[in-house]
Amino acid sequence: MKANFVKVALGAGLLAATALAAPTAASAKTLVYCSEGSPEGFNPSLYTSGTTFDASSRQVFNRLVQFKRGTTTIVPGLATSWDVSADGLEYTFNLRKGVKFHSTDEFTPTREFNADDVIFTFMRQFDKEHPYHGVSGGSYEYFNAMSMPDLIKDIVKVDDYTVKFVLNRPEAPFIANMAMDFASVLSAEYADVMMEAGTPEAVDLNPVGTGPFQLVTYQKDAVIRYKAFPEYWEGPAAIDNLIFAITPDSTVRYQKLQAGECHVMPYPNPADLEAMDADADINLLSQEGLNVGYLGYNTAKEPFTDPKVRKALNMAINKDAIIEGVYQGAGSAAKNPIPPTIWSYNNDTVDDPYDPEAAKAMLAEAGYPDGFTTDIWAMPVQRPYNPNARRMAELVQADWAAIGVNAEIVSYEWGEYLERTKKGEQGTFMLGWTGDNGDPDNFLAVLLGCDAVGGSNRAQWCNEEFDNLIQQAKTTSDVLERTRLYEEAQVVFKREAPWATIAHSIVFEPVRNEVVDYKIDPFGGHIFYGVDLAE
Amino acid sequence: MLGFLFRRLGDIIPTFFGVTLLVFFLIRLIPGDPILMLAGERGVDAERYAELQAQYGFDQPIIVQYFDYLVGVFQGDLGKSFVTKKPVIDEFLTLFPATVELALMGILFAVFIGVPLGVLAAINRGKWIDHLTMSISLTGYSMPIFWWALLLIMFFSTTLGWTPVSGRLSVMYFFEPVTGFMLIDSLLSGEKGAFSSAVSHLILPTIALGTIPMAVIARMTRSSMLEVLGEEYIRVARAKGLAPFRVIMVHALRNALIPVITVIGLQVGVLLGGAILTETIFSWPGIGKWIIEAMNRRDYPTIQGGILMIAFVVMTMNLIVDLLYGVVNPRIRHKR
Repeated sequence: MKANFVKVALGAGLLAATALAAPTAASAKTLVYCSEGSPEGFNPSLYTSGTTFDASSRQVFNRLVQFKRGTTTIVPGLATSWDVSADGLEYTFNLRKGVKFHSTDEFTPTREFNADDVIFTFMRQFDKEHPYHGVSGGSYEYFNAMSMPDLIKDIVKVDDYTVKFVLNRPEAPFIANMAMDFASVLSAEYADVMMEAGTPEAVDLNPVGTGPFQLVTYQKDAVIRYKAFPEYWEGPAAIDNLIFAITPDSTVRYQKLQAGECHVMPYPNPADLEAMDADADINLLSQEGLNVGYLGYNTAKEPFTDPKVRKALNMAINKDAIIEGVYQGAGSAAKNPIPPTIWSYNNDTVDDPYDPEAAKAMLAEAGYPDGFTTDIWAMPVQRPYNPNARRMAELVQADWAAIGVNAEIVSYEWGEYLERTKKGEQGTFMLGWTGDNGDPDNFLAVLLGCDAVGGSNRAQWCNEEFDNLIQQAKTTSDVLERTRLYEEAQVVFKREAPWATIAHSIVFEPVRNEVVDYKIDPFGGHIFYGVDLAE
Repeated sequence: MLGFLFRRLGDIIPTFFGVTLLVFFLIRLIPGDPILMLAGERGVDAERYAELQAQYGFDQPIIVQYFDYLVGVFQGDLGKSFVTKKPVIDEFLTLFPATVELALMGILFAVFIGVPLGVLAAINRGKWIDHLTMSISLTGYSMPIFWWALLLIMFFSTTLGWTPVSGRLSVMYFFEPVTGFMLIDSLLSGEKGAFSSAVSHLILPTIALGTIPMAVIARMTRSSMLEVLGEEYIRVARAKGLAPFRVIMVHALRNALIPVITVIGLQVGVLLGGAILTETIFSWPGIGKWIIEAMNRRDYPTIQGGILMIAFVVMTMNLIVDLLYGVVNPRIRHKR
């Protein structure tokens, strides 16, 4: 920094001097995060993108239950405890007392958080007749995607500090859903005031939450400013101000990080990782992502109806080459359909070995000594779980050619790709999944359950044994029992091989050295409560 | 002059209409259903899909959709963004000043560097100065903007630390925008150092954006000057013993500038195109970046509205350039 100042004084003089001197003038602790894009809005229930969640739910709001920072473990949030009825149909939440809401220019809360806020938050999404349901476009895609409208029968206020959710069927992952971003609790009082003022949309634009940071201002596509909420119920944040400097280009984000214009940046360019690791001012954090990239077989189509064929193709794929060539090292080989950061991950399953000779023999055994012709569908988009599907398809194509299977690579525009794979037009296809709530059900039932065939179960795979296990696991809230069932389900999955599990990506996040106690969020979020800056 | 103005305005209306037609139907030809794009891997069931279609008006015949859109446009309503749910015109007006500020600086840079370079090259025709300036301009013209911008950042910001990497203002300054033009707002804010921070943030994007137009203008000025310098009235002026500086600046340059002004007018379109890349790299909150994002999300109202407004601006600029001819050369004014 000192050297910079000398150069500045000699060179550009006054201009740059002010740009650099300004930060030191501020005595308050200000953390700058170079975010990757602009939020769609500030009400997390209306949107589904991580960028929006980073800007809203993860700083401004709380949920009844929350994920312990850096883990998928569920801990109390605005509810101090909860009880599940014996039949698994009723969830009763005991709410925290003394929780305060933020104030804005238009609104000063007159009361603390209570059951009315919880009722408002969920009824707005659930009840189509609710006065707020249609406000701001009124589409609650995550609430719908998690099947909440079918699942919830009623939401009852027992007293000011007790709320009961009545379900239509037992659903153990429900509690994990309550920790998701769409379940962020909004202020009912604020909503009433804004409705009376004739500006109900204000609720979704100028958020009032109970979270550790309150929104100060958002300048579209440029900057979001927050300040620490001094009355936050877990205690005020260690930093005073939080600034999101919106920087869409990953190379530029890295330049800003190097220049000290920001402290934390998401989504580094894989090509920059080596330089970041070598940079003495930068601490490169990494963690396995909560995702899986896979190649699925259309099990409703010949010859993939035969598990032997699927196994044989699995054994022909050289995963190490894919991780090197496609993930550029930022991935680890996957053997199960769920990532190892999720509880119930079965570490005892054995992956199909890379063995082209054995693959060929198994193919012959299945009745295809000369192989066959098929297709590989490659996604047209880049995803953390699959950074380059086209390249991956080429590698798999070459691997399969070695055992006599000739595959043609097929690709469609993204929306079209998703629709057609749903209908099962493909032979084999690439896709992946990023977990929503850290519950194994969110992978196993959503992607491989019989109910999901024709939907997100694009392998069209319905196995009775597997399905029984995951359905059973849904109905009990005993975690030990659920763990056992899911572990068994993974064994069935491995034996039947509806997918070739390819990899779990590794998430990298470079932060400057002065950043203290930043943790990578397994859900891909960026959370700044609990983070400090060294003097 | 007034008749000319009205005639040109009359030309603009059918063009504007044509743009609405093109934009509306062309973006619907791009593969990709906005609803499915929004839903992603999680998908959306048939019932919800139908609900969303009705909400966005996609259940209507396309002609009806177009007609509704057109009626809206002529009432100044460009629709609401599918993504942010805010009126497109509001978002445009918030972001447009940033683009104008950058484009204006870009064109000033291009003119104030490009024209002198061109003149210098012309009067030193065939000498090393000529070769040097023309190589500079050719290099500038051939440089891909994103690469040039990253080089500028790496050299001036990261290595030398002279300029900030990106953005419009240091995040340490904070005031509500009044005009949307950062140079003006920073002065109005009265915050010490804000103005110089705004200026320092403008330097690199201006150079990145202005380089290609600068190169074009330099080459155009050179060839136009060479042509004029061969004219007889220049020889007469010289024979009369006028100072060489006066001959070049007054007699030659004024006449050489007419084709250059045409080129400058045409560069407005180039600048707005270049702004898309420049804004993305420099995290500049303008309309270029906004439209790109809307395209990726198939946010039809935003793409339509944004392109329509840009077309409108380019048409207006061309009109102004046409009117400027008259100012530079009275003969043009009288001819029409």
